[in-house]
Amino acid sequence: MSLLKIRNLGVEFPTAGGPFKAVDGVDVDVAAGEILAIVGESGSGKSVSMLATMGLLPWTATVTADELSFDGRDLRRMPPRERRNLIGADLAMIFQEPMSSLNPCFTVGFQIREALRKHTDLTREGRHKRCVELFEMVGIPDPERRLKAFPHQLSGGMNQRVMIAMALSCRPRLLIADEPTTALDVTIQAQILDLLTGLQKETGMGLILITHDMGVVAETAERVAVQYAGQKVEDQPVGDLFDHPHHPYTAALLAALPERATEKRLPTIPGVVPGQHDRPAGCLFSPRCKFADERCHTVPPPVQPPAIGQARCHYPLDVPAHAEQVSA
Amino acid sequence: MSDAATAARPVIEAENLARRYEVGGGLFREPGIVRAVEDTSFAVHAGKTLAVVGESGCGKSTLARLVTMIEAPSAGRFSIDGVEVTPERWAELRSDVQIVFQDPYGSLNLRQRVGAILEEPLKINRPRMKAAERQEKGREMMRLVGLREEHYDRYPHMFSGGQRQRIAVARALMLEPKLLVLDEPVSALDLSIQSQILNLLNDLQQRMNLAYLFISHDLSVVRHVADDILVMYLGRPVEFGPKSEIFDAPRHPYTKALISATPSADPSRRQERIKLVGELPSPLNVPPGCPFAPRCWKAEDTCRENRPRMEGAPHPAACFFPEA
Repeated sequence: MSLLKIRNLGVEFPTAGGPFKAVDGVDVDVAAGEILAIVGESGSGKSVSMLATMGLLPWTATVTADELSFDGRDLRRMPPRERRNLIGADLAMIFQEPMSSLNPCFTVGFQIREALRKHTDLTREGRHKRCVELFEMVGIPDPERRLKAFPHQLSGGMNQRVMIAMALSCRPRLLIADEPTTALDVTIQAQILDLLTGLQKETGMGLILITHDMGVVAETAERVAVQYAGQKVEDQPVGDLFDHPHHPYTAALLAALPERATEKRLPTIPGVVPGQHDRPAGCLFSPRCKFADERCHTVPPPVQPPAIGQARCHYPLDVPAHAEQVSA
Repeated sequence: MSDAATAARPVIEAENLARRYEVGGGLFREPGIVRAVEDTSFAVHAGKTLAVVGESGCGKSTLARLVTMIEAPSAGRFSIDGVEVTPERWAELRSDVQIVFQDPYGSLNLRQRVGAILEEPLKINRPRMKAAERQEKGREMMRLVGLREEHYDRYPHMFSGGQRQRIAVARALMLEPKLLVLDEPVSALDLSIQSQILNLLNDLQQRMNLAYLFISHDLSVVRHVADDILVMYLGRPVEFGPKSEIFDAPRHPYTKALISATPSADPSRRQERIKLVGELPSPLNVPPGCPFAPRCWKAEDTCRENRPRMEGAPHPAACFFPEA
């Protein structure tokens, strides 16, 4: 059974120029013990959809969903107090920039103990012991001393580990990591990714990894969801996605990777992601797609069955012989 | 001078460049010295790309500031196209070296129109040029970098990230430099835009025979663009050689670790990474021996006490126990 199940999630922000749909019809399923990666370029709605799940969007945002449940419990109908008890304990998130996500006015130890105080019934001493244990687990040397440090006294990699320790403090069953390594150097990135996947295996929690780095996806994820302009355009196991992408956007994105290039000139995707005012009527990728025809420009594409990677496309690529294609 | 001699002479040649900063200190206290760049030598020829790679704090951006004559080196020397660079000659030499910064959102003035941004270098460095001629050059440059000429009077906020980076490249090329310093030119851009900019840089290099000093931490990009690679660690070069040698047969353990840590976009090839323990030491108290020794799995006592020199074949590496 899936731990987190989201159906037809939509997030809309009112702006001076009318409502802006940041997330549009996204489905997410994560089972316990699974690593799902959500990839997409900036503006694809990958962070916003997860913030909506956590209930961390500002009040101006309108969140709609057919289903939004964690472990079979409906997050939408839950009283706010109950939801707050769940979030931070069973459902935790690591945010993008550790430097700006930690409170500069308090020591990192205080900030971790705060989570423990809210969500567990440990004694003062027990909380401290748990903190030390967490710091050792995420590989922060000299934990007793580091607990007393303020965020500005630690490096970016250390702060990111503090964020991870904080997210793990109450033994979550699902961890959402939003670009956990983007601000870090590659050798530190390798350490953090190893740490996350190691902990995930050890505790059997579900892990959602939001990233734009195809290399990180290839090395850590089991399943990959590709988002484009607020929609999920493809969802496949990692090996299949890299070998047989079904959506033209995924294919173009992979082809644009310098390390997959066969010659000096890289294949490119012309144009840019559609903004608020130039959203096409049909397929959102159609203005940039080299396979697009009249139908793509006017009719929104259907979502293909799992055998074709749930591609949101009229003409998916590389369709296996036995698969049944849907048309709109 | 004959053509052959010009072709053989590097556009930039640097010898033992160093830049140190004094920090802290007071009336009675010795200031600390940060050795941001030490003992760095390299050369770049016209039409070639030298990539400088390393983690944050390794001195790659300081190196860019030295080469672009924003700061004077504390020691060492470098020459541009055979002319020795001294602070007195900065003004005339600066138009030969231009820079493109990482973040196109921060490096363009939001209150200036694109035209004004492009013309400003000419206004300052070619004061006798007529306004009409300046504008002609600006428009031509916009076409060259793949922007529409009609957008000459627009403001930067009306462009996307990729287009802004094109503007930044256009501005850098207005003075027809010989060397272009690219400080992480694509790391702020999305993947689909990144390939457009890399192609543009490649086209411009071929067309104008530019030398590139390409600063990056992304080895998959470096592998695509570079001819030579300089690997730096904590302000010091640790390995310098042709791209193929660096990637296929790295000699310094740090280079090896860096390559192994870079995730590869191929799920079937998940490899065992070399795990480095610890982080970069503070540049204020660099260990006396090899700067990489505290994190190195091969380090012995001599590494912690003596500093290895850049030497050896087929390409130099600063290590007592190089790989193969």
